[in-house]
Amino acid sequence: MNIVVLVKQVPDSGADRNLRPDDNTVDRGSASNVINEMDEYAIEEALKIKEAHGGEVTILTMGPDRATESIRKALSMGPDAAVHVVDDALHGSCAVATSKVLAAALGQLNADLVICGAESTDGRVQVMPHMIAERLGVAALTGARKLTVDGSTLTVERQTEEGYEVVTASTPAVVSVWDTINEPRYPSFKGIMAAKKKPVRTLSLADLGVAPAEVGFDGATSTVLEHSKRPPRSGGAKVTDEGSGGAQLVEFLATEKFV
Amino acid sequence: MSEVLVVVEATREFGVKKVTLEMLTLARELGTPSAVVLGGPGAAEALSAKLGEYGAEKIYAAESEEIDGYLVAPKATVLADLVKRVQPAAVLLASAQEGKEIAARLAVKLDNGILTDVVALAADGTATQVAFAGSTIVTSKVTKGLPLVTVRPNSLTPAPAPATPAVEQLTVTVGEADKLAKVVDRVAEQKGSRPELTEASVVVSGGRGVGNADNFKLVEELADLLGGAVGASRAAVDSGFYPHQFQVGQTGKTVSPQLYVALGISGAIQHRAGMQTSKTIVAVNKDGEAPIFELADFGVVGDLFKVVPQAAEEIRKRK
Repeated sequence: MNIVVLVKQVPDSGADRNLRPDDNTVDRGSASNVINEMDEYAIEEALKIKEAHGGEVTILTMGPDRATESIRKALSMGPDAAVHVVDDALHGSCAVATSKVLAAALGQLNADLVICGAESTDGRVQVMPHMIAERLGVAALTGARKLTVDGSTLTVERQTEEGYEVVTASTPAVVSVWDTINEPRYPSFKGIMAAKKKPVRTLSLADLGVAPAEVGFDGATSTVLEHSKRPPRSGGAKVTDEGSGGAQLVEFLATEKFV
Repeated sequence: MSEVLVVVEATREFGVKKVTLEMLTLARELGTPSAVVLGGPGAAEALSAKLGEYGAEKIYAAESEEIDGYLVAPKATVLADLVKRVQPAAVLLASAQEGKEIAARLAVKLDNGILTDVVALAADGTATQVAFAGSTIVTSKVTKGLPLVTVRPNSLTPAPAPATPAVEQLTVTVGEADKLAKVVDRVAEQKGSRPELTEASVVVSGGRGVGNADNFKLVEELADLLGGAVGASRAAVDSGFYPHQFQVGQTGKTVSPQLYVALGISGAIQHRAGMQTSKTIVAVNKDGEAPIFELADFGVVGDLFKVVPQAAEEIRKRK
């Protein structure tokens, strides 16, 4: 099975994250950048399917030059190759335009199965799998906490508010996964060394046949007008329980009219 | 005034979800609200009274076994056809998994901008969003097409404005292209009558300090006394104390209730990302240096197994 995993480089969600004051895009220059956490689960799932059914796993990333670091990190987990869509004109692209670019790249990769994280930790927009599936005219099985592959039939357990849905489709398809689906492996030393030699092909917008005016700020379907930091919360009263902590807590809740 | 389409979120068990009422309330500021029910046969009838109570002047009902039997795609097609026909002033969906997914397909079908996690929307289409786990406030606008936004639950207080909605049945034909992902089973796991986590006005969460799955009864008891939902930190979920769908944090649900109660939760960034926009936060933790206290409006440094039962007893006394 030919599997493509979408990997996004994002600013570390454990550190301070900002939008740039000049153009309102995510500040990736000063941030410590990492693989979007949920994507590691997508990579793990792809590797498990390859191990069970054979095939090839390719990483697909759209991002600036520095996304190369995350691509090598992804490859060190075990995928065979990577494709990096990189073009200065992409800076400032909205989700709609991004899905156009990724769909164009996937059109060249002939994937049976596209796996991605359910959402990225920077935007948390959660729209990419369905946007791509809509453009490619393939099934989208999203929010999977379990994926079973039987020949060309895919079955997922899709997490919902009330429980889960069992959803099936035939390949080709897009599957998005939550972090409940598996436990991603750590790259081995051997994997890290091997990743340095794995092929990483770069594709430009021209290679994909997408016009620069369709992406970036020119092609954006939405715009950020302004942004500001929310004032940080400050802690209030703190008491040490000396036998009446529970009652004191309820007293506070009562003054706030919760009890 | 032109129509504003509100795509109804509802559950079989509880009917119209609160976020739908919030969207109807918001839609009234922007134009005339029309509710769109996308579901199985009879879905609209069960919901119409509630939708009318909150100001829906019209209900578009797209009802078919096939709408319910395939994932998202048929709903997006029906909605796209409706949008093209009525040319609404805006389309509002819930900022939850399915709402975002329908909106995603709609954006591609109409080549239209999309804004998610919106907490306020002005009449000129300027939206307010919270980003980076609530640390950044962003104002933004769709610049191509109509305002297509997903509204975050608990963004505003729903206000009734009774109307008598006219119901229009939409003709539903689901093409083969929308039948690729078939729903073969739906399994309910959520137990009891607690409010849904992202919609609840009170959330009581437990963390690693709760110790084990059995002890979560304590968290549940306090939640029930406060009429709230139960949440859990990632540490508690990873340790198997509580199911994943209740996880609050960067890789779980984002909640913004009136009251958030953190029990045995240290307050790592991972967790704060999912709850720091809560209106009031209280915390119980035995470590007085735990970062959760930096957020808490009221904190108790102590053993939660002593503090929580006493608090529960005190609430019972006052009831």
